[in-house]
Amino acid sequence: MPGKQIYFEDVAEGAPIGPLEKEPTTQQLVKYAGASGDFYQIHYDKDFALKNNLPGVILHGALKNAFLGQLMTDFAGELGWLRKLSVQYRGMDQPGAKVICKGRVTKKYTEGGNHLVDCEIWLENAKGEKTTPGSATVILPSRS
Amino acid sequence: MANKYVTDEVRKQIGKTAEPRTYEVERGAIRRFAEAVGDPNPLFNNEVAARHSRFGGIIAPPTFYRSMMAAFPEVKLEMPGNRGLDGGSDWEFFEPVRPGDRITVQTKIADIRESEGRLGAMVFTTIETSYTNQHGQLCALQRATGIRY
Repeated sequence: MPGKQIYFEDVAEGAPIGPLEKEPTTQQLVKYAGASGDFYQIHYDKDFALKNNLPGVILHGALKNAFLGQLMTDFAGELGWLRKLSVQYRGMDQPGAKVICKGRVTKKYTEGGNHLVDCEIWLENAKGEKTTPGSATVILPSRS
Repeated sequence: MANKYVTDEVRKQIGKTAEPRTYEVERGAIRRFAEAVGDPNPLFNNEVAARHSRFGGIIAPPTFYRSMMAAFPEVKLEMPGNRGLDGGSDWEFFEPVRPGDRITVQTKIADIRESEGRLGAMVFTTIETSYTNQHGQLCALQRATGIRY
């Protein structure tokens, strides 16, 4: 498996996670609509979106949730496990613009025999506004 | 302060479930989902590489559960404004999902509460969705909060 495995002992509180950059296109939104079964027209029909007082088509909240999931499964690696993932939809994002997933380790601890790492995560737009903040907990392997 | 809209009668709906639905997980659906997200992780895309992992084969990305649409219990609630917001969602993951798994999805009303916000009364409805595999193992739980105001 490609990618370097991170271990619990390697992680320090405050350490950055990511970034994972995405530049979703309208084509990606259509692919996500098909793959997820969410066919709400605000995600691919510009006229429909404009009629609903939106600036144009917007990203599915669930797609941003999936991007943040990718950030965390990349961080956890094959031997890790994403245990919790929470996101809040605060702002809209549109296709054709870059969005960046980032995070920071907030706490590391052992509980029930598991080595756990809590993280603050978010998706921000090109202006640095956190449109989709959240948190995550991963179980990491230990060298001991 | 007494609730305007979330009366004892409304709160009696907490715990109400919708009928479960069962989905068989297709390998191609997992790959298409990972492709749509743009996630090249071999665990989700590459059977040969995934076979050498601790999972012994392909697993689904964490939010793949989104593709398994649940039936929702109707929340009976009288409110003057009927504007809604998707507040976000909280996931907990317990077991991996593999091609061929049969996942049963069931929702219940976990909470209905009211608070006075900047825009007047707001009602927060939390729906909990459980995803259980054919072995009876709870694979994931999702709690999503919708806001009405």
